Amino acid sequence: MSSLDIRNLEIHVEGKPIVKDFTLNVPKGEVHALMGPNGSGKSTLAKALAGHEDYQIVAGEASLNGQNILKMEVDEIARAGLFMAFQYPSEIPGVSIANFIRAALTARLADNEELDAARYYRRLYEKMDLLKIDRKFTARSVNEGFSGGEKKRCEILQMAMLQPHFAIMDETDSGLDIDALKIVSHGVNTMRGPDLGILLITHYQRLLDYIVPDKVHVMWDGRIVRSGGKELALELEEKGYDWVKEEVAVV
Amino acid sequence: MSNASTLERVSAKAAKSITSSEAFQNHLESLENAPKWLIDLKTEQWEQFSSLPMPTPKSEAWRFARTGNLSLDKYQLSSDLTPSEIEDAQKNSHLIESYSGKMVFANDQLVEKKEATASLSQAGLIWAPLAKAINEHGSLLRKFLLTFTPDLGSEKFQALHGALFSNGSFLYVPVGMEVTLPFVAYHEICGHGAAVFPHTLIIADAGAKVHLVDIFQSTGANTKNFACGMASIFAGAGAQVSYQAIQEWNLETLSFHLNSVSAERDADVQTVTVNLGSHQTRSEQHTCLSGPGSNVDNFSLSVPTGNQEVDQRTLQTHKAPSCRSNMLYKNALMDDSRTIFSGLIKVEESAQQTDAYQTNRNLLLNGSAEANSLPGLEILANDVKCSHGATTGELDKEQLYYLLARGITRKKAEELLVFGFFEEVFSHLENDELREHLNSWIGKKFHVDPPTGNPVTNS
Repeated sequence: MSSLDIRNLEIHVEGKPIVKDFTLNVPKGEVHALMGPNGSGKSTLAKALAGHEDYQIVAGEASLNGQNILKMEVDEIARAGLFMAFQYPSEIPGVSIANFIRAALTARLADNEELDAARYYRRLYEKMDLLKIDRKFTARSVNEGFSGGEKKRCEILQMAMLQPHFAIMDETDSGLDIDALKIVSHGVNTMRGPDLGILLITHYQRLLDYIVPDKVHVMWDGRIVRSGGKELALELEEKGYDWVKEEVAVV
Repeated sequence: MSNASTLERVSAKAAKSITSSEAFQNHLESLENAPKWLIDLKTEQWEQFSSLPMPTPKSEAWRFARTGNLSLDKYQLSSDLTPSEIEDAQKNSHLIESYSGKMVFANDQLVEKKEATASLSQAGLIWAPLAKAINEHGSLLRKFLLTFTPDLGSEKFQALHGALFSNGSFLYVPVGMEVTLPFVAYHEICGHGAAVFPHTLIIADAGAKVHLVDIFQSTGANTKNFACGMASIFAGAGAQVSYQAIQEWNLETLSFHLNSVSAERDADVQTVTVNLGSHQTRSEQHTCLSGPGSNVDNFSLSVPTGNQEVDQRTLQTHKAPSCRSNMLYKNALMDDSRTIFSGLIKVEESAQQTDAYQTNRNLLLNGSAEANSLPGLEILANDVKCSHGATTGELDKEQLYYLLARGITRKKAEELLVFGFFEEVFSHLENDELREHLNSWIGKKFHVDPPTGNPVTNS
């Protein structure tokens, strides 16, 4: 089945368990929001799934379209179709956006295939226009000297160009003003469809006004404590995370 | 005289080591119509060479450098070139095909010349081999020739250059003339044991604008050679000079490149030095801000592999007020290679409102490579902005992770980061042809494919 499937995952950072017995299934074509207070383990989950070496997966399973991604190298996971939109994207001095995305696309081709440069630039400019990124940015170093909003738009640009099966978007709304939030959301909504599954990590409901999720999950202390429809986000907004904490304490 | 005895005489001459006084005497005799001032100058330089000691491991100006391979006894001034050597040198010399003028030297002998256009020459521009310029423009040239030497520890080799140089490129640009396309000089070494002393002299008069590229190469991969070059730039008031030196001698060559820049009032000079070749190279750069308001940038990139050593000694002297100088030396080290960067900013008492920067960045691509850094400041004025910094590190792990997380393979990701590290220097090359050749040469050093094409910026 086409899905991002996570079962009983336990993740340690510097020996401490941060994500515990985490289970979630995101079918292709759906957008799931993962909400929770700071420190609940959302970003740890995201980086671990994208293969970061600082995060040790000590138990559980994670698969993408049936392929076990826990055994894969970082670049293999990406080529298998999982895209990670980072909360704090790295700055890469001296590597232009155009060359960077081109290298990423080339890595997905067979040895005897070559990227059609003209078609590549046409697509790149089309996506940049969609995300209201100045075309001059193609020659700029990746994320270097970008504002917070420009970095986030650059992440979405890469996602649009690489066309993943699944995307994990880690706090994509943080540091965005309302105009940038609308542009980014519009970009993501344009990509939505039966071929893309998205796990949207946020702790504010605000983003979900623009990217309306199919399901909402609430994470607390390393695991999902509640799941529901989009109205769960509104309920959270109204009652706050303490409400969830109290419920968990009761259970 | 019979042919046989001529040949004998030539080979007897050629066999003399460059350190022998016979070699110097033979060199003087070989100069055609040399003016007396030149003979006097050369004789004085030879005496200096003979009296100065060789560097030792204890010489402060040679700290961290290898001093064991500096013996010059095994090198000779080359005799006549063979037709195939001339042909090889010419074949090697097509890296930049859009130029204002071109010269090709093989073992310091001019083997090809493309003149500057008649309109430039008629307006007073001089683009000439030094040997010819000495006779035809002696009164202009001698005011500059060897008057500003770097003096950063290679005085003995500098003096040997002064005694034995015979040719190189001379470029004079008259008041207010702006030349867009670069002048290009190729300096080729041919044959085992040959020693060369390429000299570059650029004089940009007030308000002139000019660009010169020196390319240093060997026609053979395995000949053991000695190269001791000097490039001196004199930028007059408001002149703009851009100079690039690409050092790609073969890996058996011992080389010295002893360069200087003098910038008069409001002059603007930029130099880019790229070191790829030589088993050991000593690169000295002395930049003097002589006139108020002048601005000089010295950029350098070195990519040593194997057991190559790149030894860099720099000095920024601020003599006049309100000047800016910036020195950025980047080294990417592979295998067991070594670099030394020793730099000093010297601000004289009169040089108020100085902005002076010096940066050395070393990227270690292998644990057994070694980068040494000795930055320094000496400030006598009280109203200055100066900074110096040196960093040495490996590829950034988070940056590498970011590239991998986009599906780029580890090898390609590392290559992108390394070329990204170069970009800060490469972006000043101002010449796409040169850039492409450098990408491919460096790619070969790393056994990787160079990056594909430049990003398109226009919409």
